[in-house]
Amino acid sequence: MNDFDAEDRLRFEQLVLPHVDAAFNLARWLLRSRADAEDVAQEALLRSYRFFHGFHGGDARAWLLQIVRNTCYTWLEKNRPMELSMEFDEELHLQTCATPETLAIAGDDRKRLTLALETLSPRFREILVLRELEGCSYKEIAAITAIPIGTVMSSLSRARRQLHSALVNSPQGARP
Amino acid sequence: MRCDFADSLLQGYFDGELRGRRAAEFERHLRHCAHCATELVDLDLLRDRLHLAQLYEPASAGLRRKINAPLQAIAPTTAVSRPLVWHWLAAAAALLFVAILLWRVGHSVRSDDYQAELAGEIVDALVRSQQPGQMNGIASNDERVVEGWLDGRARFAVPVRDFTNDGFPLKGGRVDAIEGHAVAVLVYERNGHPIDVFIWPTRERDSPPRAGSRQSFQWVDWRKGKMEFCAVSDGSPVDLEQLRQLINSFA
Repeated sequence: MNDFDAEDRLRFEQLVLPHVDAAFNLARWLLRSRADAEDVAQEALLRSYRFFHGFHGGDARAWLLQIVRNTCYTWLEKNRPMELSMEFDEELHLQTCATPETLAIAGDDRKRLTLALETLSPRFREILVLRELEGCSYKEIAAITAIPIGTVMSSLSRARRQLHSALVNSPQGARP
Repeated sequence: MRCDFADSLLQGYFDGELRGRRAAEFERHLRHCAHCATELVDLDLLRDRLHLAQLYEPASAGLRRKINAPLQAIAPTTAVSRPLVWHWLAAAAALLFVAILLWRVGHSVRSDDYQAELAGEIVDALVRSQQPGQMNGIASNDERVVEGWLDGRARFAVPVRDFTNDGFPLKGGRVDAIEGHAVAVLVYERNGHPIDVFIWPTRERDSPPRAGSRQSFQWVDWRKGKMEFCAVSDGSPVDLEQLRQLINSFA
């Protein structure tokens, strides 16, 4: 950070800062909390700033989101390890987090979709957020999440199916 | 009963990630497979629903301030660069003023001007597209990726060019609707400002550029080679003109 001069700062402002929204949005969905996401996004930005010398051009958004993602997972491991270990227990997850009752309480569709998304495991949630909210290509998702493109496709398939069934589980059905 | 294609090619096809032979292969399959056809509709419904719900959560002003603070502390703006910035801002403001004046004058003479009305609709579409959650597009710097994504969605061939070397990097594309017609939109970036170029086929002859402003946006509209282009940005009109010339040299 010491040899970060005016030129670096300008490059950082031009390349990385435009993606602060993307960084916060990904953190918010991975951590399921705005307050935690504020802290972790800030930490990730600081880290990206510190390691900016290691960024040699290319897709700055993918580079930043990779750092955000790693920072989020490290944070989850430290603060909510249960969440990561439970990720393959889909049935249990659906039961504990989004019973039809909790989904019914969600009045509008935004709340309902939020709850449904939050029942997915972090790995499936992040892939949906990157694709549907961030508009990332498969190649970008593969780079950010460090999985092969083929796995991106099959994970998206499973994630969408899970989201769909989480929504159907709501008593009003798939549509409000 | 699930279909074998459902897990592999269907998602890629839906996301515009299949090209050429693989896309054609899946389309042949789609003609006979009711399961995949239904699934595509379901995926589309789910996507629309996600977008309508505006789930995207942008960073708060407080977070931006916190992120900016260490930057300001480490590298104070030098004495040389500050006047330059003001210079540039003053020039942009002067141009903006001239553009507004020209638009006003032109507008009072011909209030039923087709291009100005159209530009108005386009600016509205641009504002709509900037609502959080409205991300129905592809973000990529790769001409072929953007072209492949638009191919099939836009129903006409869109000339996609990246002008990174000229200072206008391609950021992505999307489709939008103007006056009830599907149009393709290419997004470029210049000095931190996005420039959206709306493109659609036309039967009219080539026409010289016509520029104007609306709300806080500048626009320039022109026709070349049976295509109409309208570039819109909240940045400098000079940049718009430069991008227009780049596009025209290839159109």
